[in-house]
Amino acid sequence: MMTPDSEAALAEAVAGAKGPLRIQGGGTRPIGQAEGEVLSTTGLSGIELYEPGALTLVAKAGTPVAVIEAALAKENQRLPFEPMDHRALLGSKGEPTIGGVVATNASGPRRIQAGACRDSLIGVRYVDGQGTVIKNGGRVMKNVTGYDLVKLMAGSHGTLGVMSEVGFKVLPGIEATATLVLNGLDVTRAVEAMSMALGSPFEISAAAHFPETGQTTLRLEGFEASVTYRMTQLRALLDGFGDMEELHGDASRDLWAATRDVTHFAGTDGDLWRISVKPSDAPDVVKQLPDGAKLSLDWGGGLIWAVVPEGADIRAALGGIAGHATCLRGSAPTFHPEPAALAMISNGLRAQFDPRGILNTGLMG
Amino acid sequence: MEMPAPDVKIMAMKAKLVERLQSVLPFEAVIHDEVQTRAYECDALTAYKCPPLCAVLPASTEEVAAVLKICFEEGVPVVPRGSGTSLAGGALPTADCVILGVAKLNDVLETNYDDRYIRVQSGRTNLSVTGAVEENDFFYAPDPSSQLACAIAGNIAMNSGGAHCLKYGVTTNNLLGVTMVQMDGTIVEIGGAHLDSGGYDLLGLTCGSEGQMGVVTEATLRILRKPEGARPVLMGFDDNEVAGACVADIIKAGVLPVAIEFMDRPVIRATEAFAGAGYPDCEALLIVEVEGSPGEIDEQLGKIMEIARRHNPVELRESTSAEESAKIWLGRKSAFGAMGQINDYMCLDGTIPVSELPYVLKRIGELSKQYGLDVGNVFHAGDGNMHPLILFDANKEGDLELCEAMGADILRLCVEVGGCLTGEHGVGIEKRDLMFDQFAPEDMEAQMKVKDVFDPKWLLNPAKVFPLSVTETRRAG
Repeated sequence: MMTPDSEAALAEAVAGAKGPLRIQGGGTRPIGQAEGEVLSTTGLSGIELYEPGALTLVAKAGTPVAVIEAALAKENQRLPFEPMDHRALLGSKGEPTIGGVVATNASGPRRIQAGACRDSLIGVRYVDGQGTVIKNGGRVMKNVTGYDLVKLMAGSHGTLGVMSEVGFKVLPGIEATATLVLNGLDVTRAVEAMSMALGSPFEISAAAHFPETGQTTLRLEGFEASVTYRMTQLRALLDGFGDMEELHGDASRDLWAATRDVTHFAGTDGDLWRISVKPSDAPDVVKQLPDGAKLSLDWGGGLIWAVVPEGADIRAALGGIAGHATCLRGSAPTFHPEPAALAMISNGLRAQFDPRGILNTGLMG
Repeated sequence: MEMPAPDVKIMAMKAKLVERLQSVLPFEAVIHDEVQTRAYECDALTAYKCPPLCAVLPASTEEVAAVLKICFEEGVPVVPRGSGTSLAGGALPTADCVILGVAKLNDVLETNYDDRYIRVQSGRTNLSVTGAVEENDFFYAPDPSSQLACAIAGNIAMNSGGAHCLKYGVTTNNLLGVTMVQMDGTIVEIGGAHLDSGGYDLLGLTCGSEGQMGVVTEATLRILRKPEGARPVLMGFDDNEVAGACVADIIKAGVLPVAIEFMDRPVIRATEAFAGAGYPDCEALLIVEVEGSPGEIDEQLGKIMEIARRHNPVELRESTSAEESAKIWLGRKSAFGAMGQINDYMCLDGTIPVSELPYVLKRIGELSKQYGLDVGNVFHAGDGNMHPLILFDANKEGDLELCEAMGADILRLCVEVGGCLTGEHGVGIEKRDLMFDQFAPEDMEAQMKVKDVFDPKWLLNPAKVFPLSVTETRRAG
């Protein structure tokens, strides 16, 4: 295992590599298979710049997420996209790094309101497959100078370059949070309720549904008085959906931390899938899943987590439904196969960024 | 501004090219008469003009594909054009190019309120996207100043922003999917009504690529429910630095306004003379707008005004009605027109870290004296996106060049303090030759390698974004 302690050393390690490299941050997100010597970014750690008044933070890629969240909390700020911690779900150990968050574009329940990790990411520095240090974007939140390689790096799972530094737009902290829980809805009615809430002016920051418990959860965040006002309005709007209750403060926060980390599927057996569709397709997806599937809905129905019997061909089952399915655990290819024309572009990009094919070889095709 | 010399071989085959284009498009959709092609000789960067070889106006994705395939086979450069409102020369033709205009592609294809998206053809104007959904109280968030005229195609090409992006983000944050035609005529679907990509974020990569990776013909856009209401507060300060500090304090306090707009004294005076919005005569003026229910607005404006009072404003005026709100916004919205009344102007678009605001404004003032050209500043203060307006006289020999030199100095200053050349207008030809100031050669090489993948022959809008010297061998094919 190589653990370079500077960007220059990282570049040297990549340039001098004789074979495939397995790029790793904290190693808490073992998604897909890549062979090779481990190249760890944990030696690149520390916040390089934090300007609370400008809502911007830049950190080395190996910085623990916890360090960043603590620094932000001190100024009553936060990462907007509520990054998921994969440890409980995937049974992994270690310390999640901010580079790993970016490489997997890890985004939590607030994605539907505040965008994904890629939407908050404003700058990257990375080492490409030949050991060249490249920068793109920067430390300002509005920047259209040249191509947006920042977005490309987010979610590229270390296959296009090894990130050494990442910059974010951050947001003010949240004074109050509350959750409206609707009880006893089936998936179809739950998606209807979530769509109605998300189409209201009451700024729902998260919407999830759990078929096992029959609970549909809708989150409100903001200043105390505003949350109280919107809760009243939301209850009136959803009056026709039956039984409801409210969660406030820590009870609300704990619920969403668990939703974010999908802890309800921790320790399960079977294949694990993450499916992205448009919310109104969710009931169809649920119908197509094999018997014995356990599932939950986030993003108003647009994100479906499913634990299914081993070997079930989920992509075939979803046939005509637009979207994508990622296999986090199981024998199916991890990433959704792309149509031929897009696969050609993706392969072309990989060949340009990593001509020797040594960065997480084979992970994304 | 230098442009590549037109390819004489291409110029010589105009008749053949027109004939081939006419074989796949209706007769009137191929514009080749030398008088008519002049309608496409420039965009909103009017200092530079060059009529194209011809212009085409396809009316479907398939027609766009047919046109591109022909141009690909003939080796003819293509410059895509939305509504031609680019301030950066993004749609400036060369004499040997085909202008591909998307103006006929302006239908709404689908609206879906349950899933909160709209699918439109890309020639549709920004404002008419909101127009298509506002009767149901929805809107499309990105709001560039040119929104009455500018096309979604151009918004995607330049990743356009607007006054309200502090809360809602820019185009790339509100774009869900595109139908795009590649230079060889291949039609690709990227993204869709679902969120995020199963593979690489090709949507994020193509958004803002200035028409160099493909021609977008259809777009799926996120729409949002309108807030219950919105109301601004106007505050005047006798010092730019104090106004800058007030912006930082508002942001730190946890209030996230939808817009924080900043105007300096020259712009305040010009807009007062032009629009009479009743602005105080002071050094710096902020317009801060918040959204929500009446109660929520009161609470947020209360917090904001409390912060403002700590900075001793010379004026603090909370809007209490729609009329007062309109009046507060009137000056800001007519700022560009007001400056245009005084003289010709060049509008810059650099972004800086908000903390550098006082220093950058001071340096711009010094540059103004040094060059002998007046400057007004009006910009989105919340995100540091500056819009210095340099006044010059287009009819005076050498004034444009002087203005460009001063503009380049201001943009270099933006980069120097940690910012960038362009926050929302794009590079086009205007900032092309300054790219070396922001990027190392290898940074630019990494970007050009992406174009190599999408457009290996470098035929799509080839003379933009990157300095001509670094693209020369690629453009030669």
